[in-house]
Amino acid sequence: MDVTRLIIVAVGGQGNLLSSRVLGEAALLAGIPVRMSEIHGMAQRGGVVESAIVFGDAASSIISDGCADVLVGFEPSETLRALNKCNKNTVVITNMTPLPPFTVAIGRGVYPDLDQLQTLVKEKTARLIAFDAVALAKEAGNVLAVNMVLLGALIQTGILPLTADQIKEAIRTKTKKAFVETNIKAVDLGAAAAAQD
Amino acid sequence: MHKLLTDQPGEKMLLLGNEAIARGAFEAGVAVAATYPGTPSSEISLNLFQMSHESDFYFEYSTNEKVSLEVAAAAANSGVRSFCMMKHVGMNVAADAFMTLAYLGVKGGMVILSADDPFMFSSQNEQDNRYYGKFGGLPLVEPSSVAESKEMVKYAFELSEKLQEPVIFRTTTRINHSNGIVELGSITPPKTKGYIKKDPMNQVPVPAVSRNLHVKLLKNLKLAEEIAAQSEYNFIDGDGELGIICNGVSYGYAKDALKDLKLEDKVKILRIGFSNPLPASLIKDFLKGCTKVLIIEEGEPFMEEAVKAFAFEEKMELTIKGKDETLFSRLYEFDPVMVTKNIAAFFDIAYTPPEVPDLSNVPEIPQRPPNLCAGCSHRASFYIVKQAAQGMDTICPTDIGCYTLGFLPPLSMGDFLICMGASAGASCGFSAATDQKVIAFIGDSTFFHSGIAGLVNAVFNNHNLTLVILDNGTTAMTGHQPNPGVEMEKLGMEGYNRISIKSVVEALGVPKITVIKPFKVKKSIKAVKEALEFKGVSVIISEEVCTLYAKSLKTLKVRPFHITDKCKNHKTCINELACPAFFLKNDRVHIEPDLCVGCAVCAQICPENAILPLKNRE
Repeated sequence: MDVTRLIIVAVGGQGNLLSSRVLGEAALLAGIPVRMSEIHGMAQRGGVVESAIVFGDAASSIISDGCADVLVGFEPSETLRALNKCNKNTVVITNMTPLPPFTVAIGRGVYPDLDQLQTLVKEKTARLIAFDAVALAKEAGNVLAVNMVLLGALIQTGILPLTADQIKEAIRTKTKKAFVETNIKAVDLGAAAAAQD
Repeated sequence: MHKLLTDQPGEKMLLLGNEAIARGAFEAGVAVAATYPGTPSSEISLNLFQMSHESDFYFEYSTNEKVSLEVAAAAANSGVRSFCMMKHVGMNVAADAFMTLAYLGVKGGMVILSADDPFMFSSQNEQDNRYYGKFGGLPLVEPSSVAESKEMVKYAFELSEKLQEPVIFRTTTRINHSNGIVELGSITPPKTKGYIKKDPMNQVPVPAVSRNLHVKLLKNLKLAEEIAAQSEYNFIDGDGELGIICNGVSYGYAKDALKDLKLEDKVKILRIGFSNPLPASLIKDFLKGCTKVLIIEEGEPFMEEAVKAFAFEEKMELTIKGKDETLFSRLYEFDPVMVTKNIAAFFDIAYTPPEVPDLSNVPEIPQRPPNLCAGCSHRASFYIVKQAAQGMDTICPTDIGCYTLGFLPPLSMGDFLICMGASAGASCGFSAATDQKVIAFIGDSTFFHSGIAGLVNAVFNNHNLTLVILDNGTTAMTGHQPNPGVEMEKLGMEGYNRISIKSVVEALGVPKITVIKPFKVKKSIKAVKEALEFKGVSVIISEEVCTLYAKSLKTLKVRPFHITDKCKNHKTCINELACPAFFLKNDRVHIEPDLCVGCAVCAQICPENAILPLKNRE
């Protein structure tokens, strides 16, 4: 089967690894070959967490520059930083709520302008889906459900060989029972946001 | 029940490489497992630790890698299966035991796992530990995928028993930290107790004994090579006059590349999974049908040099390349496009690499380096020592742990680092060779690991130095593993003893010992000043539990602070402490209440006393 390559970037604590895990479990349920690689050097200390997920018949578990079919960014400046993974056919989905790195707080860097950021991503890729995932997570009932909102948007694009039902099934069976309802609501809200975009 | 204990052969699970390895050891009936945690190996031991609570096998966090290897060596010599896992540099610590254990051999299967870290995602070097196989004369196996890892661990135990010597299992970060689908196998119940027969003429390597044991080792190496030549883990894919020899994750990249380049019918691959000793006969046969061979291996030209030597022995005329300025580097890790590009170049195939977007008009994105957490006691300790040392010409050796991050501005406390425990030893050298004030930093776990020996040396040789032991009550960096100073009762675990760092330091005869509570800033600065002025060895023990650990134990009392109207914008807080809970808005400092835990260090250094607890928080 065809190979689909997905990169997810986030800041430590945003739940990137859980969303990757849900995708992996959904692929397992669907009988789709999947390999994932994660780099989380000192993620708990505020660093960047990157997951690479390769669906389909390939042996590699990492994704080279220019090879992502879809990029999901949990934080706008991290989305921009990961543009090297994209090409002109890549679909980019990003949360637009900034979490400025500490270097900005102490004046050792300037946070990119959000309008310019969107223009840049649009100009270099096929499609940008950008929205405030934090607001939707809050609407779903848990500010930490940003990861599930973005999963919803990702599934809505139809790029992955997975359905929303398979994702929801993975959420029901593989995430904490107490959050299942909120997480599923978050997925639906994310999907609706992507459909409007 | 821990998911890795599931007794459902045939069930498929999505597992992290490190989980697959832990499961493999469990399926193999491991009886004794010992480790010192180190990324990228840490989740193997974390899972085994958790699994051991619900299972019959014994697991321990040992003081350091050398001890863990000795524990596993003794267990295996008692006839049970033992497993010892560490990060690549841990092998250097364990090397003394390792090199002679190779002579002694084992009775039960023993697997030593070395987790190498190409690109140094979380390490101080990227040494290629395949050379330990060669150095010690022991078999070494290395998987190419997560699923293969589990099977190969079982194979390594069997191989170890067949050869009666330890087997090295080498991984790289992209195996440890990748997920893949793994099919569970049946579980062999462990033989938990063995018996060691006294056999000094084979187990006490005095020179006369060792001379015989070395003969045995070399004989075994020959036998190992014969097994390697037949091993299912050294196999050939495809056919053709063009050849690739590869190992580890490079195999996956090469497979994908041949598919992309439509070369599957023209290029054959020899995948080496049993890589020490290299199977000479198999490799020579492979070379015979080839006109050109490309060696794809991350790290050093371990296989390449051997393959070239084999070709030379057989007087073969063919081109063999690997590490080359125009092909593969000894630096960092490989990736699929890099491998595809090099395969295409070497075999003269047209290839257009994917187009990476032109990023020249993207503004510079602010870096997001890891930082000490909000409420981290290390930040307070560094600030205190820095204030107390004002006016002194200092040199600050540091050590391996979260606190290594203290070298970054604005704390800038950390000038010299080699390896685990070296802060104490290096301090002695700076004391001998300079007139600078030596102030070294070491964490609690690292102190037990290998800092004690350096401190003994400092006392014995009467060096002039201050060692600051940052005791946060856990091995924080690798994920809060226990160490000999940890209160195990807090983790709900019985049957352990706790070793007090202060008692150890006292027993060593350190003439000046100061204990501080770093969240009491002024009092601590005064005490530290006195310790720094002492001529001779002084030790400062800074005691405050790791915030993340306290959070996970649910003992953290969060009490966020905020910046009140009294603030005159000196920015002392943000400029001196750089706590991630601070942020600037319209050039004024604010505190993010969701991040602040209330250590109150900033409140104590604010010249206007403008930082106060946030009341009436929703």
